[in-house]
Amino acid sequence: MTDSYLPPEHSSANLWQPNRVASKRSQAIVKFIFGSFAVLSIFTTLGIVATLIVETIKFFSQVSLVQFLFDNQWTPLFSEPHYGIFVLISATFLTSLIALLVAVPLGLLAAVCLSEYAPRNVRAWLKPALEILAGVPTVVFGFFALLIVTPILKTFIPGLQTFNGLSAGLILGIALLPTIASLSEDAIFAVPQDLRQGSYALGATKRETVTDVVLPAALSGIVAAIILGVARAVGETMIVTLAAGQNPTLTLDPRVPIQTMTSFIVQVAGGDVPVGTLKYDTLFAVGMTLFVITLLLNILSFWFVRKFQEKYE
Amino acid sequence: MHSNSAAAVGTSNAFHVEKGNYYYGSVLAVRDVFLEIPEKKITAFIGPSGCGKSTVLRCFNRLNDLIPSARVEGKITYRGVDIYDKSVDATELRRRIGMVFQKPNPFPKSIYENVAYGARINGYKGDMDVLVERALRGSALWDEVKDKLKDSGLSISGGQQQRLCIARAIAIEPEVLLMDEPCSALDPISTLRVEELMQELKKHYTIIIVTHNMQQASRVSDMTAFYNAQATDKGGKMGYLVEYAPTQTIFNNPSQVATQDYVSGRFG
Repeated sequence: MTDSYLPPEHSSANLWQPNRVASKRSQAIVKFIFGSFAVLSIFTTLGIVATLIVETIKFFSQVSLVQFLFDNQWTPLFSEPHYGIFVLISATFLTSLIALLVAVPLGLLAAVCLSEYAPRNVRAWLKPALEILAGVPTVVFGFFALLIVTPILKTFIPGLQTFNGLSAGLILGIALLPTIASLSEDAIFAVPQDLRQGSYALGATKRETVTDVVLPAALSGIVAAIILGVARAVGETMIVTLAAGQNPTLTLDPRVPIQTMTSFIVQVAGGDVPVGTLKYDTLFAVGMTLFVITLLLNILSFWFVRKFQEKYE
Repeated sequence: MHSNSAAAVGTSNAFHVEKGNYYYGSVLAVRDVFLEIPEKKITAFIGPSGCGKSTVLRCFNRLNDLIPSARVEGKITYRGVDIYDKSVDATELRRRIGMVFQKPNPFPKSIYENVAYGARINGYKGDMDVLVERALRGSALWDEVKDKLKDSGLSISGGQQQRLCIARAIAIEPEVLLMDEPCSALDPISTLRVEELMQELKKHYTIIIVTHNMQQASRVSDMTAFYNAQATDKGGKMGYLVEYAPTQTIFNNPSQVATQDYVSGRFG
């Protein structure tokens, strides 16, 4: 008897009758439901990775890794196919680089401005407004780049073609801006107020406080935001497909049509390539390359945050 | 009501506060403060939570300027100069009036850079190594950190961090040290070290310390100001200065009943 320690005059003890059996059962059911969903997402990921691996192995049974890495042409759909993945990687690298040159400086400046200089009430509506930009479908950004930005750039950049890496990269940068700005702003805003006050109390100006104390303190978060931005740039599809073209060329010239890894996948997956052919397996090889690059970036970001994060109480 | 007896401890005055009223927005947070803070002595502010001790303290280096709604009425002078006058640059004022905070707040930089930061931003042209060593010796931390000056300021213990913050504050050679409950996050041994340090520091600096700990006030200070809080109609609290006198008087023979009740532990 668990209630035997109660003195007899506590007759109200009879009123306390928790149904331990039922609550234990409901606990178990809830645990099972949540557990199933967690396991489901893990299995989905494992399934995708397994498919990628199986098809990629099939691909490499017919194409040597050396050719994949060192060929300077990418023509898997031609009668005399070449499989030089760096043709596609160069395009992805070029558009991502241009995008970052736009998004990192603008994003950081926007983040500092929002967190440190904007009055609280301005920040309250400006930050959600910035995040809405992330909600614009990228296909809209894509035809904006193709139909508006490219014609404008053509008026003063000689040799710029209708499909080009420059226009795609610039607009890709605008598309990344909210991600980088918003995440950096979170990191900067999270720097304890104590640190800012400590700096001001030493006779620092606002500019000195921001650049010498607040930004270093938020560094790990800022770098994580940038790496996430890189991962998004590498994986972004619609903008580069629409604005950069479908022309696999090993070049870093931003004026000519190029084809990124993602736009190759769009081209092939949207066509009528028969299942089980080498052309079909090419899709998975490119997908695997993309997956590995993104995974490495995520690991780098994770490692960086862990290593450089300052612990505040 | 306020025995402004800086003369009782035998020096001139650093700060002079006349009818200080402190507002946050339209709310009067602390009213009717009259104070004369003596040079090169330790003045303690004591009182229950919400009595406005920290608010008053943070006006001496105009740190409250950072809160957009904060406003001060009355006159606060430092060595005869009205510190809220338009001609006074708050940055320059803060360079002369150092501050140590309640929670140790070292910058995410090396121990060395933590101390050197204030000197750098204030355009110090002398030998930085000498300055850093002097400041760390001054805060009794040198022997513990001299072999790891490149380590992060966040890697040392809480008590060491607080002494690092004191080193940082005295590195820019201020004239006054404001200490806002500097020991409240420290264990008793670290607290003792900081208190011993304060006795050393008062040879060179005017010190004002806010503390919740009455024993600490009685141990370290020369003058004590007791603040109390009263409830307002709107459900908030308004602080006011009850009594300001030499510490011995406050603890042994206060003129106000409220002071007597507080220091004898009857409330607060």
